[in-house]
Amino acid sequence: MTLELVNVSRTVNAASHLRDISLRLENGSLNVLLGATLAGKTSLMRLMAGLDAPTTGRVLVDGRDVTGLSVKKRSVAMVYQQFINYPALTVYENIASPLRLQRLPRAEIEARVNEAARLLKLTPYLERTPLALSGGQQQRTAIARALVKRADLVLLDEPLANLDYKLREELREELPRIFASTGAVFVYATTEPTEALLLGGNTASLMEGRLTQFGPTAQVYRHPADLATAQVFSDPPLNALRVVKSGGTVLLESGAVVPATGALATVPDGTYTVGVRAHHLEVETVARAERDHRPGIIRLGARVAVTEVTGSESFLHMDMGTADTGSADAGHRLTALLPGVHRLEPGAPVEVLIDPRHILLFDAAGNNTGTALGAAA
Amino acid sequence: MDKPLNNRAWWLVAPVFLIVAFSAIVPIMTVVNYSVQDTFGNNQFFWNGLGWFQELLDPSTELGGRFFDALWRNLMFSAIILAIEVPLGILVALSMPREGWKVAATLVVMALPLLIPWNVVGTIWQVFARADIGLAGWGLNALGIPYNFTGDPLAAWITIVVMDVWHWTSLVALLCYAGLKSIPDAYYQAARIDGASRWAIFTTIQLPKMNRVLLIAVLLRFMDSFMIYTEPFVLTGGGPGNATTFLSIDLVKLALGQFDLGKAAAMSLVYNLIVLAVCWVFYTVMTHAGSERPQREIAG
Amino acid sequence: MASITLDGLAHAYRPDPRGPQDYALKEINHVWRQGGAYALLGPSGCGKTTLLNIISGLVVPTRGKILFDDRDVTHLPTEARNIAQVFQFPVVYDTMTVRENLAFPLKNRRMPREEIARRVEEIASRLDMSAVLDRKAANLTADAKQKISLGRGLVREDVAAILFDEPLTVIDPHLKWQLRSTLKELHRTLDLTMIYVTHDQTEALTFADTVVVMHDGGVVQTGTPEELFERPAHTFVGHFIGSPGMNVLPARVEGRRALIGDVAIELARAYPALPAGETIELGVRPEFATLAPAGTGVPVAVKRIDDIGRARIARVEIAGQPAAAMVPEGLALNGDEAGLRLDPRQIHIYAGGVLVPGEATNREGAS
Repeated sequence: MTLELVNVSRTVNAASHLRDISLRLENGSLNVLLGATLAGKTSLMRLMAGLDAPTTGRVLVDGRDVTGLSVKKRSVAMVYQQFINYPALTVYENIASPLRLQRLPRAEIEARVNEAARLLKLTPYLERTPLALSGGQQQRTAIARALVKRADLVLLDEPLANLDYKLREELREELPRIFASTGAVFVYATTEPTEALLLGGNTASLMEGRLTQFGPTAQVYRHPADLATAQVFSDPPLNALRVVKSGGTVLLESGAVVPATGALATVPDGTYTVGVRAHHLEVETVARAERDHRPGIIRLGARVAVTEVTGSESFLHMDMGTADTGSADAGHRLTALLPGVHRLEPGAPVEVLIDPRHILLFDAAGNNTGTALGAAA
Repeated sequence: MDKPLNNRAWWLVAPVFLIVAFSAIVPIMTVVNYSVQDTFGNNQFFWNGLGWFQELLDPSTELGGRFFDALWRNLMFSAIILAIEVPLGILVALSMPREGWKVAATLVVMALPLLIPWNVVGTIWQVFARADIGLAGWGLNALGIPYNFTGDPLAAWITIVVMDVWHWTSLVALLCYAGLKSIPDAYYQAARIDGASRWAIFTTIQLPKMNRVLLIAVLLRFMDSFMIYTEPFVLTGGGPGNATTFLSIDLVKLALGQFDLGKAAAMSLVYNLIVLAVCWVFYTVMTHAGSERPQREIAG
Repeated sequence: MASITLDGLAHAYRPDPRGPQDYALKEINHVWRQGGAYALLGPSGCGKTTLLNIISGLVVPTRGKILFDDRDVTHLPTEARNIAQVFQFPVVYDTMTVRENLAFPLKNRRMPREEIARRVEEIASRLDMSAVLDRKAANLTADAKQKISLGRGLVREDVAAILFDEPLTVIDPHLKWQLRSTLKELHRTLDLTMIYVTHDQTEALTFADTVVVMHDGGVVQTGTPEELFERPAHTFVGHFIGSPGMNVLPARVEGRRALIGDVAIELARAYPALPAGETIELGVRPEFATLAPAGTGVPVAVKRIDDIGRARIARVEIAGQPAAAMVPEGLALNGDEAGLRLDPRQIHIYAGGVLVPGEATNREGAS
């Protein structure tokens, strides 16, 4: 099936939960809804499922208008953040439950349950009850139950959020292959950019009830259409600097002036936001003598605020500008992800290097000026 | 706003509407009809306009005096039992066990008074409190405390209040217990770390987390006690004198004893309006308290 | 001010523990230095919450002692210990304003009013909450509530240690970064012992100077993030820390070579005294395994390449065993055959899951 939302919006008690969203999900596709808590992910899913009706707009399945058709008449399966299983039934009976409701023949049920159990590595646990299993296995059971129905639309609402980090990693790796082997429309909500990248497929980025961009995940990540998308799709958070370009120079909010290079050289004068992801920032301690002579490198002075070392990488949080602006003001805080271990003392002066090839440039309205297309790898 | 997805839903609620119409609207309209007429029996009715209402709300008339006396008795009774049952219920809930087999045992014991029919409750206490053969009545007199609820208004009141407390405190306690159980352990741990006294834990955590169920408990107990009939009717029959004649008892005397249908109808309408007004106030307070809550506490 | 000493601590939830399998927490000896930033890292059910509850005084251990400096607090209740705790789900007093919340622990301890006002103002400004001091705490976002929970600990001058029980669970990714650096900055300026319990390795490693990795009721390794990353003492640590975790491959060691199936890998050290009868495994982190064109290094079959945005990770097979490796920028592959360049100094040998140090000699050791 294809699922199409046409200009849907939803308002509850005068509060706008979804604003004018149009989206087309193709058969066999995996679609990630990426956004912060309350961005509208769950509202959108409920609308796709038919649990809620849109205030305005239409929902089409294979071109047929199903707006207002109840969830019971649609072919939908859902997996939630909480592990929802029947505690008194065995894993086998849990997975079989939607098929029993459909009154399928016994042999058919058995074949389908065993197939789903194999896919989700639950075969050894079929005779246990869910509460005797680990969290990961419980959620696997819930996912198997959603898959076994062979619903046209499978909705997963932050299914890994309650799992331990390592279990999450393991399941996240398996899910795309599990999805690929079934062929329904999958919709997967998450707050984590890394999760979206690992799942692949398409990503719809949501902010405050608006759909800011929809497209293949890697493309949305590398070429965000606007500042909101780039912010939603960056972890660590996007370094965003408001700048004023005039002629050959660029004035930063911190008061620094740098030459207009790269994308900045070709855009008309005006106010822009420069976006740079953390792993694209390079940092040099000021004492270091050797200088990078790549053309057009932007250099900014900053002071170290906090260093976080993960063992193989370091997150360096820095405050830009003079000492008096050294608060946690978001506009002046930069975060760099550096390979290797760097333990820098708080307050240490550093130089931040930005290669203009990695700049995402947004105009005053927040739209990507497009000049970065194909450059930021 | 949710749009109804399917108009067929209206057909499903139609029977409920019909039942409500027959069980509530029709009788109420009959009562309204009676309240504006006078009758001398023989099914002869005379138009009396708002006469009964004027008389009822004027304390200097016989009907008005009677009405206000009974109304004050009712309000007094509700105030007393709320003042006893709510704190007592909270206290009982706080001292109830939290886990183990004791939970089930306590819950069963607490539920027992709630399962006894109201007229039986009245009868039990009627026998229990009798000065000649009742354990409580005889015991008190044997201890030298003069006690006779059929002769002494104060004794009658105390008996009715104690009976109601015995009958209904467990309802308040069970509601509060449910409220207390929903408080996560982390709150208690945090309070201990913050050095909070037992009293501070009660006022800052337990009471705020219980306020919703407490409002429901107060509402239920107010409505029930304000409309109390069976127990005092069985126990004291409204006496001695008119000492325990509540509105509902007076209403029955008026309607069935004296067959003053018009007066009784007017009185029951005013009675009804008072209950509705109080419920409305409670409802407003409750929904207001609800709107102050954050929309979502946990990310989802 | 205190250091916290765990002396032979062990705990079993059943009253009559018979064997080690009955212990939720196996014997642990550890000293938490005054002013240190520690993390207790492990999967659910590893005993880290039990240990936290013993430190905070909610659980009395079956065996052993817990000392704050030299004072035995094993049987003291929570309120008699100088600790504060931030929980997984934010705990705030709903009816109070932020100011009243922060003042609450001091009011309970009967501090003079002016002193309370001063402390509250000071902590609020440290937490960037001065602007919301008079708002109702119940109506704030989850991250603000967590800051209030933390603030109730910070206002107390007697607090020796702050315990965190997975405090970022309900916080959105973007705000996690902010809250984490706030924590780090506070730790640096306040000289408090902080103990952070989590299953999330990134949180543990970025927060702590010393990470205690727990598995199955016991401590498997204690060390700095670098140590845990570069020299995991146990295959569990190798697997649990790092994303993806360490590649652990069954191997045979012959002199200064390891054999995976029939693929030979050069080692920087010799392992003459490997215990017989134990499973021998080779461990190498994906970060030290770089994909190269076919014909260089160890031959591998590429199964899949994951793009995680800032890097690409190859899923490969070495003699049929799955492994992960980094894909350098600009590498072009022909088909699914490729080579793998390994840094010999970053290859470790494990016997029965435990790291074998090896000998950095030139002698060709016979096994």
